[in-house]
Amino acid sequence: MSETRSEPGAAAAGTESMRIVGTSPAHHDFVDKVKGSLMYAADWRMPGMLHGKVVRAMVPSARITAVDTKTAAAVPGVVAVLTAADVPWNHIVERASGGLGELSVSMPVLAEDRIRYAGEPVALIAARTPQAAEDAAELIDVEYDELPGVFDAEAALADGAPLVHDAGNTLITWNIGRGDVDAAFASADVVVRGTYRSQRVEHAYMEPEAGVGWVDTSGVITLRVATQVIEHAAHLAAMLALPENKVRVISSYMGGGFGGKEDMTVEPYLALLVAATRRPVRMVWERQESILASTKRHPFTMRYETAARSDGTILAQRVDIVGDAGAYPYLSARVLFAGAALACGPYRTPAASVRARAVFTNTMPSSAFRGFGAMQVTLGYESQMDRLAAELGLPRETVRERNYLERGDTIPTGETVGTAVAVRETQRRALEALGEPSPPSAPGRKVGRGFASNMQPYGRTIWFRDKAACWMSLERDGTLLIRTGVTDLGGGQAASLCQIASEVLGVPLDRISIHIGDTQLTPLAGGTYATRQLYMSGNATLQTAYELRDRLLPVAAEVLGAAPESLVFAGGSVSAPDGGTLSLAELVAAGEARAVSAAHLGEWRAETGAFDPDRGQGHSFPDYTFGTHAAEVEVDTETGEIRVLKYTAAHDVGRAINPMRVEGQIQGGAYQGLGYALGEDVPVVDGNPQSTLFAGYLMPTSMDLPDVQVIIVESGEGKGPLGARGIGEPPCGPSAATIANAVADAVGVRLEELPLTPERVLTALDAARDATPPAA
Amino acid sequence: MKTRITFTLNGAECEAWVFPYETALDVLREEFGAGEVRYGCGEGVCGTCTVQLDGEVVNGCLLLAVRLDGRDVRTVRGLRSLPSAPAGEPGSELHPLQESFLRNGAAQCGFCTPGMLLAAEELLREEPRPDRDTIRGRLAGNLCRCTGYTKILDAIEAYAGERAES
Repeated sequence: MSETRSEPGAAAAGTESMRIVGTSPAHHDFVDKVKGSLMYAADWRMPGMLHGKVVRAMVPSARITAVDTKTAAAVPGVVAVLTAADVPWNHIVERASGGLGELSVSMPVLAEDRIRYAGEPVALIAARTPQAAEDAAELIDVEYDELPGVFDAEAALADGAPLVHDAGNTLITWNIGRGDVDAAFASADVVVRGTYRSQRVEHAYMEPEAGVGWVDTSGVITLRVATQVIEHAAHLAAMLALPENKVRVISSYMGGGFGGKEDMTVEPYLALLVAATRRPVRMVWERQESILASTKRHPFTMRYETAARSDGTILAQRVDIVGDAGAYPYLSARVLFAGAALACGPYRTPAASVRARAVFTNTMPSSAFRGFGAMQVTLGYESQMDRLAAELGLPRETVRERNYLERGDTIPTGETVGTAVAVRETQRRALEALGEPSPPSAPGRKVGRGFASNMQPYGRTIWFRDKAACWMSLERDGTLLIRTGVTDLGGGQAASLCQIASEVLGVPLDRISIHIGDTQLTPLAGGTYATRQLYMSGNATLQTAYELRDRLLPVAAEVLGAAPESLVFAGGSVSAPDGGTLSLAELVAAGEARAVSAAHLGEWRAETGAFDPDRGQGHSFPDYTFGTHAAEVEVDTETGEIRVLKYTAAHDVGRAINPMRVEGQIQGGAYQGLGYALGEDVPVVDGNPQSTLFAGYLMPTSMDLPDVQVIIVESGEGKGPLGARGIGEPPCGPSAATIANAVADAVGVRLEELPLTPERVLTALDAARDATPPAA
Repeated sequence: MKTRITFTLNGAECEAWVFPYETALDVLREEFGAGEVRYGCGEGVCGTCTVQLDGEVVNGCLLLAVRLDGRDVRTVRGLRSLPSAPAGEPGSELHPLQESFLRNGAAQCGFCTPGMLLAAEELLREEPRPDRDTIRGRLAGNLCRCTGYTKILDAIEAYAGERAES
């Protein structure tokens, strides 16, 4: 195994003319998807398979006094009923801050004595039919003493608030900052303030949480599940008190994940039922169960104060963020770190004071969701920029242009931006693409425009020392086999790696086979989250391909009688300047004759660093993707309805590996952002979700919104393979601020709370009318 | 008490004994291996369980299996063999509408894709050259969380256009 840490983007040198990278071929997974033949997690079937079911608490805060499973266990067809007492080690471990100061709080797999949210798992059932499991679930008798709960993050911060965990309600407090903030505010010409609120949002991937588990050869507990992270296998082994090499997790191609399959979903329950019954078990969560109990995007309350000079130059920002973590830690510590680190957005902020707290409440846990804390704050900093422009009477573009980050600038963590920042170009092009203004369609309707720029990290928080491995083998017939532990959410994660390998080794795409996501058969690559997969596994694949090519080059040079550096790998063969060619099959044979292997394991490691939580300074993320969205909206001042007329989205992706997939990521991300802006919400009242029906969850349909016009900017510079930047999360960031800014432009009132429902628009219009004295 | 039903699935004769409470979704998946008919919500909202029943799209999750009796059932795997399917590309296993989905990048995770294809095929049988808003209206019962719909609409429009020109 090689362990090299490449200089980011360095591989791009000398690879300017690309044959495969930069094109948009339809890959293997794509063909299976349009045929309907791709096997998702719930499609797997084993002989004698049982059906698993989670029994969940229906109260938000209580002490468990008794659990009676006898009646349930007697239901015909029921094979196992498990409670907390049956879990060998009843803990889900997550140290999301990486040991930088979060409260130590235990997360049980099954509730033992306390219930902390409605939907918390209490018992498990395995039965021969789903109906028997269902019937038995209703017969589990849990007795509770209900306890006072706390259901709002700000209420949970108050003195004397009911404690969700005995250790306290504040999971973590991050402070990030630099410069003399007080002095900057004192010397400012203008200060603008705003308090912005975002809501609880459901991932709503079309494929609900699902998986099948069984006991494999040598007693290995094997799970084939819809997961973004196969590395949870180690946690499962700890829970089952088994050696790590006795638990295997295979990730199926997912029907969407968006962060919701980053934490474990069905895995611990399946593993327990498989271990207890020694039989195959399938578990599929109902949609309503998913809405009730799966993790959500953190609701944020964000208080912003921005100090500036009269020409619009930002002097300082004070930001205070409270994020509702729900009942358990999961990844909240890291989400709030991202919120804090990105709170000032893509703007030079010489003095900054940012505090971000993750706070427990008796509601379903919040955790990873596309954008991961860095997307919520976009509403804050981009609303502030518009406010600043309005206060100073300057164009909104000008105020931003005066402050946009550039290469070499220092951000609030004290780090220097090391790669190109093409945010200006994304702004110019997104606005240009809106075209001529539309007239209002009727009296009482007003048209306005808005835009928002954003900055989203790609790659894991730097102190986690990220790495990814890839194994590649040229087979005897010249086909290529790739093995890597990536998981595929549907974003073409595996397919992009094939394109990179094809580019370097000259193997045609239809002669590449890729095997992904299996803890026992593929080298680990880290999960698909944090917009890290192209960055990490893309670099690992590129490096492995280069190393394999470099090993085989002397063989090819010897056979062809040409200088190694003159050889070209393309179209399934190696060719020399004099016209001599060697097929890859011949190359493999020639290598074998010389004891040179055509199989290679490579590993790529990301840059590392450390963050000092006391000073609020240090290393945070490897790099960022910048972008700007722009919209034209029409607001009906009688009904409060917002209609989006036009929408454009521009992002700098460094280099587009597959432009069509990049466009698809941006269009889909913008739509998720627009759903968040305009209607999506999981309202929880006194700890109880108001609705768990999919019909009650207002995500965009094909009729609700216009097409998203995409502008791909390629600065040629990024830390991913061949100069690429990640594009998974960035495009859902700017939508909400874009629409809020467009609404303010149309009707002159600024909405500070998401989603921007007709009721909120009308309330804001009424308030503005009441505040304005009638004209004399 | 189980009831015997017979129907055709993508042209093949099928027989099953079903409970009165079983849905078409359950029976097609579990008895006939139709993994392309997918559970997404069980409420008839998302359309991932879409099938064509005598040519009309319905939600498999809201349809009791007994209602399949005597009917012609199509899933996306039967698209290519539909009597109304155009010749398509020689040797291709795909209906030209599927080819258009491929060319236009209309799938990401692919979970909604079979339902989208069946809804679009029904529309194009009824209306050969629908405008974009008409297509939007007909896909409103099929949710997609990945694509933002733009490329799905592109693929359907492009296919309708190519077919009209050929």
